[in-house]
Amino acid sequence: MSLTARDLGLFAGMLVVLAMVAMFQSPQLAVTILNMSLISAIMALGVNMQWGYAGLFNVGIMGFTAVGGLAVVLIAQPPVPEAWAAGGLGILLGLMLGVATILAAVAVYKRMAPSKLRGLAIFAVLVVGWLITSQVFAPAKQAVQAVNPASEGYLGGAGLPVILAWPVGAVFAAGVAWLVGKVSLGLRSDYLAIATLGISEIVIAVLKHERWLARGVNNVTGIERPVARPIELQPLPWVQSLAESLGWSVSQTASVLSGLGYAALFTLVLGLLIWLAERALNSPWGRMMRAIRDNEISARAMGKDVTRRHLMIFVLGSAVCGLAGAMMVSMDGQLTPGSYEPLRFTFLIWVMVIVGGSGNNWGSVLGAFVIWFLWVQVEPAGRWFMDLITSGMADSSALRRHLLDSAAYMRLLTMGVALLLMLRFAPRGLIPER
Amino acid sequence: MAEPFLIGDMMTGGYGGADILHSCTIAVEKGQIAVIVGPNGAGKSTAMKAVFGMLKIREGQVRLNGEDITALTPQARVSKGMGFVPQTNNIFPSMSVEENLEMGAFIRTDDIRETMEQIYELFPILRDKRKQAAGELSGGQRQQVAVGRALMTKPSVLMLDEPTAGVSPIVMDELFDRIIEIARTGISILMVEQNARQALEIADKGYVLVQGANRYTDTGQALLADPDVRKSFLGG
Amino acid sequence: MEPLNALVSVSNFMLIPALAYGSQLALGALGITLIFSILRFAHFAHGDTMALGTAAVIGGTWFLQARGISIDPLPTALLAIPFGILVLAAYLLAADRLVYRYYRKVKAKPMIFVMASLGVMFVTNGITRLFMGVGETRFEDGGRFLFTVREFRDWTGLTEGMALRSAQAVTIVTALVVMVVLFWFLNRTRAGKSMRAYSDNEDLALLSGINPERVVRITWVITAILLVLAGTLYGLDKGFRPFNYFQLLLPMFAAAILGGLGSPIGAIVGAYVVAFAEMGITFAWRRVFSYLAPEGMEPSAMMQLLPVDYKFAVTFAILVIVLLFRPTGIFKGKVL
Repeated sequence: MSLTARDLGLFAGMLVVLAMVAMFQSPQLAVTILNMSLISAIMALGVNMQWGYAGLFNVGIMGFTAVGGLAVVLIAQPPVPEAWAAGGLGILLGLMLGVATILAAVAVYKRMAPSKLRGLAIFAVLVVGWLITSQVFAPAKQAVQAVNPASEGYLGGAGLPVILAWPVGAVFAAGVAWLVGKVSLGLRSDYLAIATLGISEIVIAVLKHERWLARGVNNVTGIERPVARPIELQPLPWVQSLAESLGWSVSQTASVLSGLGYAALFTLVLGLLIWLAERALNSPWGRMMRAIRDNEISARAMGKDVTRRHLMIFVLGSAVCGLAGAMMVSMDGQLTPGSYEPLRFTFLIWVMVIVGGSGNNWGSVLGAFVIWFLWVQVEPAGRWFMDLITSGMADSSALRRHLLDSAAYMRLLTMGVALLLMLRFAPRGLIPER
Repeated sequence: MAEPFLIGDMMTGGYGGADILHSCTIAVEKGQIAVIVGPNGAGKSTAMKAVFGMLKIREGQVRLNGEDITALTPQARVSKGMGFVPQTNNIFPSMSVEENLEMGAFIRTDDIRETMEQIYELFPILRDKRKQAAGELSGGQRQQVAVGRALMTKPSVLMLDEPTAGVSPIVMDELFDRIIEIARTGISILMVEQNARQALEIADKGYVLVQGANRYTDTGQALLADPDVRKSFLGG
Repeated sequence: MEPLNALVSVSNFMLIPALAYGSQLALGALGITLIFSILRFAHFAHGDTMALGTAAVIGGTWFLQARGISIDPLPTALLAIPFGILVLAAYLLAADRLVYRYYRKVKAKPMIFVMASLGVMFVTNGITRLFMGVGETRFEDGGRFLFTVREFRDWTGLTEGMALRSAQAVTIVTALVVMVVLFWFLNRTRAGKSMRAYSDNEDLALLSGINPERVVRITWVITAILLVLAGTLYGLDKGFRPFNYFQLLLPMFAAAILGGLGSPIGAIVGAYVVAFAEMGITFAWRRVFSYLAPEGMEPSAMMQLLPVDYKFAVTFAILVIVLLFRPTGIFKGKVL
């Protein structure tokens, strides 16, 4: 598929806007916006695969990105040998017992004939299994969390190169998606929405609570980065000379360079994904997916296993979200479960997809850039606006102070209005499906 | 010839796209039964819907008691005294029989108890089941509920879209008897039927439609006697 | 063995709070189920709309408090509820007029409605936070307890105490009254029956002369009443924080689905099941069992199946079980 001149114009316009940010605000800000836009574009791409290709409504994007983020910790962080010695085996055994309990319950369900007795048997298996599991798991967890709690208190990771975490993050997210999809696909379309909403809350709860896993709310910081950090770039002679010729400070130059390094990596990944997605979309497989989306009943009548196709695309799309989540954590160099908020990580991505044009991969990318730009810029704009409308009031006025403090929430309002306006007046988005 | 009580006169139209009806005329006199029959896809139900205003007609008119009602919505036609029983989904399944009847009389502001009593007299089984959810009734009983619901507005014309579709022959005879009873009270009946022979037997007037146009129009008995009609549409 | 003490303990720490929480959920889930059966979409803005209505009530409460008006021992907020309902009903009707009505006219797919409700959710969220910020606001006043732990102990002479907070008592009573009134409305009044008819068979309702726009308006007003009550009672009980209200979306949906989408009775039963399951599974049973177990066999562990942080996991598990085994819910609601 090719982009029309109009689409290219829209992208060029976006680049000009970013260049203006670099000139009038600061180059660092422009690079930060660029990088988050790229990551958001990948998330939007994943969601677009689910919604645009197959009409699946996933409101658990936050959960899938967080799972991807967890992969970074588990892959890149060095292992904590003391913690492994203290309770590593117990935790592994506990996890296995937990899985075994569920499998046993499933086995009972399958073997026994439907009756009250079966219900009781399943209940008994679950309770007993749960008690045994927690007997093994709880002390091991305590022991792990007691190891040097100020900086560790968790099992650590595998100590592998951080880049590896990106595909692993995708696989993690795919696994979670498979479980959710298996349960809720094939039922009413809103059930998937509610199931994904639930799983994302649970993923965050696990990340916050299970400190042995990734330190919970204590955060994991200082994760190895795939790109040289600004502090490492600063002493390099070529960086210093570049700074001189640009007329910027050395630290500024270094952080812009470091950011551009990420941008290059992210663009590579995004480009690869778009290439794959476009090829898939225009293959017989993609045509079949769209046929299913547009008329599920006739696709079923033609003998297509709609539920299986849906599961496949749901897993793929979620994997892309997981990949983006891993990339984000490795850019930040930290995993902070407390910062995952559904409005920011789930619903904002949806605004991007809708505004960009659902069903169109390029549209999702453009949507991500536009919406992320607005998300960042609306807050200062809101403050400026509040300042303007309250300028008549005294500085000490409680209302004025309240309104100025509340300016941050203008962005939610703006996003909602943007979504509603697009949905109403340009439901096919900035770059419509074709 | 005097103007019939209700007439869809030279109707031409369809659901957007190609026309389904071609200068089709359907009429019914006061207190009489008119039946529309014809092969599948002849536009029988479409003609009925056109008369009721569920389908825009490009040409022609619908007149009720001499008044041009072509531009009215179906709801407005209900207020003018037309009752309509759709072929499927013609009851409120989770509501009781009595509530179904009440909903039928939604636009009325006067006392509806007398009308309801009349309907229970017409369909005694409904009185027994009046507290039961309509969705739990048998096919024939549901049709009775559907007809009863439409009668609650005290219409002057009752339109029925295949009232006997999917019910057993015994129930069908029973329903036709009731329909004759309704006509005797002075209500005009216009109905579409698959069971052409039985329907024509009770019809004062029959319309045989083919491809959206009138093919034969006569009294029910005359149509039954017509060898051409018998051969082509009544299976010999 | 002291079964009486065990009973008192479990009532104080689990049964009463779960009953109150279940009542709050039930009011919210009723709204979800009503919107689903009339407008036929999953209303994602539910939690945030509830927050907005509660914010209006809090504003009204402050206004009344500033003028020294109170109904001690009951919380002043109860007086401000009509104001909150007025504000929220106006807001929801405006949202319907500006957003949803258009999609009804073009007969959009349910998912488009859901998208639109996401947009409304964002806007509502922004407005609420603009007024209230993101922090917690407590607005409970009046007598906090109908009876306290100490009073209860003095009356009964038991070692274990029990308290009944007025917010909890008000919640349970209000929810009961509202449910009775709602069922009376749906089953006995013309407007209520027209709503049921519309939910049953839209086309036939139209033929019967029922005005769909009127039905939709009534639905929004009832939703506003339910949401303001649910939100205010929840806020009195646990404090007001916009994000918590958003998160209530999950248990409310779980309750509605569990009961069978579109079934009001189901929504209520579902809400109590969700509430009791959430509380029961995250409750530390040690104290209760220490009264029940034979001498010397008292449990040493907390006897808590899951930490409180995982209450959503409980809701989710219930949801999964329903989806796996009985997608129509307990009371056979609608499945597409």
